[in-house]
This record gives sequence, structure tokens and C-alpha cells, in this order.
Amino acid sequence: MATTNDRILIGTRKGLIEAHKANGAWVLQGPALQGQPIAYAMRDERDGSLWASIDHGHWGVKLSRSKGDDGTFEEVAAPKYPEDTEKTAKYYWVLQGGHAERPGTFYVGTEPGGLFTTTDDGSSWELNRPLWDLCVEHKWMGGGRDGAGIHSIVVDPRDGDHIYIGVSCAGVCETKDGGATWAYANKGLRMDYAPPDQQDMEYGFDPHFLALAPSDPDVLWQANHCGVYRSKDGCATWDEVSDKPYVYFGFPVAVDPSNADRAWIVPMHSDGNRTTFDGRLFLMTTEDAGATWTEQSAGLPQSGAWDFPYRHSLDIAPDGRTLAFGTTSGNVYISEDAGASWSVLSNNLPLIYSLRFA
Amino acid sequence: MARVSFTPHLRRFFDLPDVCELEAATVADLVRGLDGRWPGLGFYITDEQGRLRQHVAVWVDGTQVEDEERLGDALTADSVVHILQALSGG
Repeated sequence: MATTNDRILIGTRKGLIEAHKANGAWVLQGPALQGQPIAYAMRDERDGSLWASIDHGHWGVKLSRSKGDDGTFEEVAAPKYPEDTEKTAKYYWVLQGGHAERPGTFYVGTEPGGLFTTTDDGSSWELNRPLWDLCVEHKWMGGGRDGAGIHSIVVDPRDGDHIYIGVSCAGVCETKDGGATWAYANKGLRMDYAPPDQQDMEYGFDPHFLALAPSDPDVLWQANHCGVYRSKDGCATWDEVSDKPYVYFGFPVAVDPSNADRAWIVPMHSDGNRTTFDGRLFLMTTEDAGATWTEQSAGLPQSGAWDFPYRHSLDIAPDGRTLAFGTTSGNVYISEDAGASWSVLSNNLPLIYSLRFA
Repeated sequence: MARVSFTPHLRRFFDLPDVCELEAATVADLVRGLDGRWPGLGFYITDEQGRLRQHVAVWVDGTQVEDEERLGDALTADSVVHILQALSGG
């Protein structure tokens, strides 16, 4: 059931597209859930089920799941904010299966800032109260969305009680006791957008995406609103590994599954100008933990390209060589040589919200 | 009993008739009754706090509901209710 190198789930504004590699060629299938905006889609490698969060324009946010390979999805119970919070689930931003040894446990990160957990395979959901209390007490603000949102959920492969989340905007939060207590883990990060006397804070940061290195789970990378960072001590401290202009502002980050020093980002021009640089679509990659970065652009458009991947739309396959990303204009690019060269999988999909190997 | 009709878009998710009849004193009662018949339907019409979703329009006897927070608008035995999608939702 492990994630493969030859299947990709692409969550688009108009349904869930699958890409499969068969007989040496990639082909697109679908869409499943046609016409419905798929905020995030992933495959739970513990049981092979497919999960999709749906952001209906009219009917609100929903969760859907497919347990077979026939492409049939069924709506499952939706995480709902308890009455006393007076809140509405605006967006199910990220879905994450629990630890390998905890079948039936699953997490949903939401706007306005709540983390929901199921331990009965989606039959019922519970808001994590200790984390929600932090959100309320510290007035987490929105980043990229109106309200605060959890876009990254990282489960330590060594310990299912050890979980990191990325919140825009609060930063990284960590629990070591399965969510009973949480602590901020933002030492070394900056927030240039805050008033000068408010920057030395425990929270208020804007990690755009958080990724753990499977080969060394104490190493995490994050693309942040204010640079690119790497932690080698389980988020106790963060080291900035930016290299302006290209390695600074961006959303997704991918980490080699077998090399914690190797990562990829997709540069964006700046916070104030969220486009590519000069209409060029390219990646920056490092093999030395961010000390030096190399541009990768072969096969990608080098003029007139103003689209870019959202934070969940770049992924790397288990082989460490197959990478793919999807863009705001519905372009999908794939590399099978660790980013050295790229080819087009599609130029015609709707806006892409997520792309994940499956 | 109130007579309720739905936008065809909701029939994609629920096996709804053209018109159904339901006894309800208010629109909120009506939504609860609908959710009882078609579990989950209520969460398409309102959010988890019972507020009318921003891009859903409920018409009662030719007038859009006024109380979008609690759906307290009264129904009569002869009320005609339409549950539609607002075009503001795209």
C-alpha cells in the first residue's frame, strides 16, 4: 500500500485528476468528483483509501473518501466546530493520516485554525482543544486566507504522539503527547511583516509549508514567508538557508526521502509580487542542507510563464528522483531525474490546489 | 404542511424529490426535518452553528429569509419554500 512512484493525485478546481504511468508513459484519468473544487487530495498508504477535501462554493466544505479503486467517492462525516467556539469550518486545508501503527487515526487541518482528529476512521471528529485554546488566546491571524489555518501536519514516523503542525499565522506547533499539550517551535524564524517591537515573539510566524525528512526525522524544512529554513534538531531551532533572490519567497518545499540534505523549492518573486521571476518557471535545489543552491529549469518555460505552484502542489516520489508540480494555470510538470529535466504532463487542467504522489 | 422544492444542484448529493412536504414552525425546524429525512442535507444548507450558508438562498412565500443567523422565520401550514443556490457563490 506504500506510496508509489507512478501514481499522482491532482486536486483541481474542477475535480480530482489522476496521473498514472503505464508502459513507460504518463496518462491522465478522471476527473473523479467532477466539477467540485478539491482543496486537497491524498492517498492513505496504510489502507490505500483516497481522501479528498471539497470546497463547495455554495454548500460548504466536505470530506469524501474512496475505499476502492473504482473511483467511487462517498461523503464521510465532516469535522465541525463545536457550538461554544461559534466558528464555522471554512476550509479543510490539509489531510494527514496518523502514525502507521494507528489505523483509523486521521487529521484535518482547517481554517479558522482548528486541528481535527478522528480515531474511528472518519466516523466522528474531535477538535483538538488545547491547540484551539492557543489559537484563541494568542489571536492567530490569517495568512493567505482570512482566518488562521493549519496547512501542514507532520507525524514523526518514530512516534505517533509526536506531531508538528504548520499554522499561517502562528508558526510551528509541536506536541509530544498526542495533542494533550502543545508548544511553539519557532526559534530562529523571522517575521519581517510585524512591527519592529513585536518580532521577538514565540508565535505569529508564517510557515508556508513544513516538510520532514524521512531519512532523518529530526530534520525538517520549511518555506516561510520570510525565507527558507531548515531544522536539524526537531524544530528546537531553525537555521535560515535562504539565498536571495531566488531562495527566499515561495510556498512548497520537497525533501528527498533518502537524503535529509537534499531539497527543492519553487521560487516566487516576492511577497508583494507573487509571480515567477521574469516569467521563468524553475526550481532551486540543494544537496548540502541549503549551503548552496542550483537552478533547475530544463524543460520548463523560460518566458511568459506567470503561473506557480501552491504550497501543496509540489511533491517527490519515494524513489527520490520523480518530482511533479502543478500550477495555478493548470500546468503539470514532471521530472524523472531529480529535477534535472522536466516534461509537460498537461497544460489544460483547471487551477491546481494540490498534487500528491499516491 | 410546508411544501419545499430544491435547486437541482442539491440532487447531485441527495436523492431529493421535486417537492416534499414537511411540518415545521420555522425555517430552522424545516432544515432539521430535512436533515432527518436526508442525513447530512442540513449541513449543506447551514453551517455547524445553524447559520444559513453565505451562498445559499432560502425563499419563503416569495421572500428571502431575513434571519440568516437562526433561521427563525415563521412558516405557515401553506408555506411554499424554495432552497436555492445564490449566484454569489459562483
